[in-house]
Amino acid sequence: MKNRTIKVDYLARVEGEGSLYLKTKNGAVVDAKLKIFEPPRFFEAFLRGRAFTEAPDITARICGICPVAYQMSAVHAMENALGITVDGQLRSLRRLLYCGEWIESHVLHIYLLHAPDFLGHQDAIRMAKEFPDVVKRGLRMKKLGNAIVTLVGGREIHPINVKVGGFYKLPSRAELGALTEELTWARDAARETITLTASLTFPEFDQDYEFVALRTDDARPEYPMNEGRIVSSKGLNISVAQYDQHFAEEHVEHSNALHSAIKERGSYFVGPLARFNLNRDRLPSAIDKAARAAGLTGKCTNPFKSIIVRAVETLYACEEALRIIREYEPPAKPAVATEPKAGTGYGCTEAPRGILYHRYMLDAKGIILDAKIVPPTSQNQKTIENDLRHFAEKHLHLNDEQLTWQCEQAVRNYDPCISCATHFLTLTREQV
Amino acid sequence: MKRTPTLAVWKFASCDGCQLSLLDCEAELLAVTERLTIANFVEASREVLKGPYDLSLVEGSITTAHDAERIHKIRRISKTLITIGACATAGGIQALRNFKDVKEFVSIVYSTPAYIETLSKSTPIANHVYVDFELHGCPINKNQLLEVVNAYLNGRKPNIPAYSVCVECKRRGIVCGLVAAGPPCLGPVTHAGCDALCPSYHRGCFGCYGPKETPNTGSLTSWWKQSGMKDDELLRLFRNFNAYADAFRKESESHEK
Repeated sequence: MKNRTIKVDYLARVEGEGSLYLKTKNGAVVDAKLKIFEPPRFFEAFLRGRAFTEAPDITARICGICPVAYQMSAVHAMENALGITVDGQLRSLRRLLYCGEWIESHVLHIYLLHAPDFLGHQDAIRMAKEFPDVVKRGLRMKKLGNAIVTLVGGREIHPINVKVGGFYKLPSRAELGALTEELTWARDAARETITLTASLTFPEFDQDYEFVALRTDDARPEYPMNEGRIVSSKGLNISVAQYDQHFAEEHVEHSNALHSAIKERGSYFVGPLARFNLNRDRLPSAIDKAARAAGLTGKCTNPFKSIIVRAVETLYACEEALRIIREYEPPAKPAVATEPKAGTGYGCTEAPRGILYHRYMLDAKGIILDAKIVPPTSQNQKTIENDLRHFAEKHLHLNDEQLTWQCEQAVRNYDPCISCATHFLTLTREQV
Repeated sequence: MKRTPTLAVWKFASCDGCQLSLLDCEAELLAVTERLTIANFVEASREVLKGPYDLSLVEGSITTAHDAERIHKIRRISKTLITIGACATAGGIQALRNFKDVKEFVSIVYSTPAYIETLSKSTPIANHVYVDFELHGCPINKNQLLEVVNAYLNGRKPNIPAYSVCVECKRRGIVCGLVAAGPPCLGPVTHAGCDALCPSYHRGCFGCYGPKETPNTGSLTSWWKQSGMKDDELLRLFRNFNAYADAFRKESESHEK
């Protein structure tokens, strides 16, 4: 049998710079790599010596797609170190901000980055010629997500209104209320998005993954965003502070992003599919029903179907945003007071792409002595490479062009954010 | 029929936020693509048309030897080259390495430093090739991006004022935080572009758009010192996303012991 190499030197429709490399010999895949050549930026190093108050603004710059996630993990880790809790309406506003980012990021991926693969287009702009109303709907939904982030956070990319303890300025009831009409439209559009994504054709590709996501206490049964314990489909159940005891990062030669693994078992899977499988019982029954109608009856173990799950989560984020806005009463103060103190703080929140872990050690003046940040894409890297290997092995009958495209699609299932992981993607298929 | 100009979008060390600003022009995106052919925009499309390109937008800073070569190739195949964002115009937040020993940075983040290829400094694009126009901001303002593209399409100079954030603040009628004893604000020395966003959210400007034309940073910091600010606080204030822009770099260095 022929030996082949599949190479994509610069993966398209993902955030950041990466490449894909696949080598087959006698009908077996001998090497599958997701290479990350995005240049390193050393955030964990230059956070040392900065004030605890600066972490949300600095870490936001790791990623232009999900800056809210970095801000949320940073403020929760700092508040953990300082021993303060942010609750009530301030907590709800943070959740609302996250809803905005989930909508903006998920819709970007569904409509502009992932759907063109399923519908056979090079990109959404060309797709818009065949399906103008679909692309326009996506752009309008994305705009609504950005409008939420802009109102609560100040601007859509690198928001300025988030601080340790809360916010600089609170929105009024009227300002939030002004979003209701468009959100109600977006909620219906999200239902249409679920129907659209469920109608796509998916390759058979169910795998035995260990899913990892946050899960909130039974006392606060909600779909996870900013807090909870870290749980997995294979029995892991730990507090955020225990993360380093159970997860390890490894530095491999072909990647400027560190690879994460569960120490006991190896690769794992974070993101919408993991959240959905581990927290399905926390979705309102109407949304669960919509997921069922879309064919998601039990656990979903086919990563190609993550596009449907993103649509389900988009619907959830719209409903949750509407609820928060309905129940909003401006609190007395925009933030809880913070006093610097020595200690270590841990934070983990659900970024659109999965759990994002931050750990900071502070001195008595609140200056950062040490920082650790583990983004979702570096946690998924091993699983992406496993998928590439298994998927390619089953599809070696395809010609190079088809196999390359489908392997790219297998990578895009994870909505990888390479800018994040480096602290992307290129497919190479090599003939030996 | 007249050919529509071709657009290429390039990425160097960055967070992707500035090129995302183009996709964030939700209402205008399809209109833009009617006047420009997207020829090379990897984040948005698999299809890459061959250069040369009429307009190149460049995001990110130069941090590797490979990228220092790549930018020259891009300049050669671009009729007009515009840099977008603080990374491309000033080196970005990753230019904080320029003040430290990068080897130490590598060893803090990576267990096997030998795998990492990086330059000791993160530098703006204009340090390497001729740049036709620089659009500032961390992130850029998408309306300004549309103005730059529009100006290009109509063969005129972009209308992007280089005055300070103070002008925007006054125009919006926001009470001056510096006068009203609010938090330290870099507004007087910072390039406009955000429409005085932070002051409108009751916080001081922290310099996302970099130095304005002719900034007098020394005067500002001497007032702050009189009101009790310490050198280490002043140093951190100027060492953010535009730390390696000349005026901010010199000011922060003057507070280094």
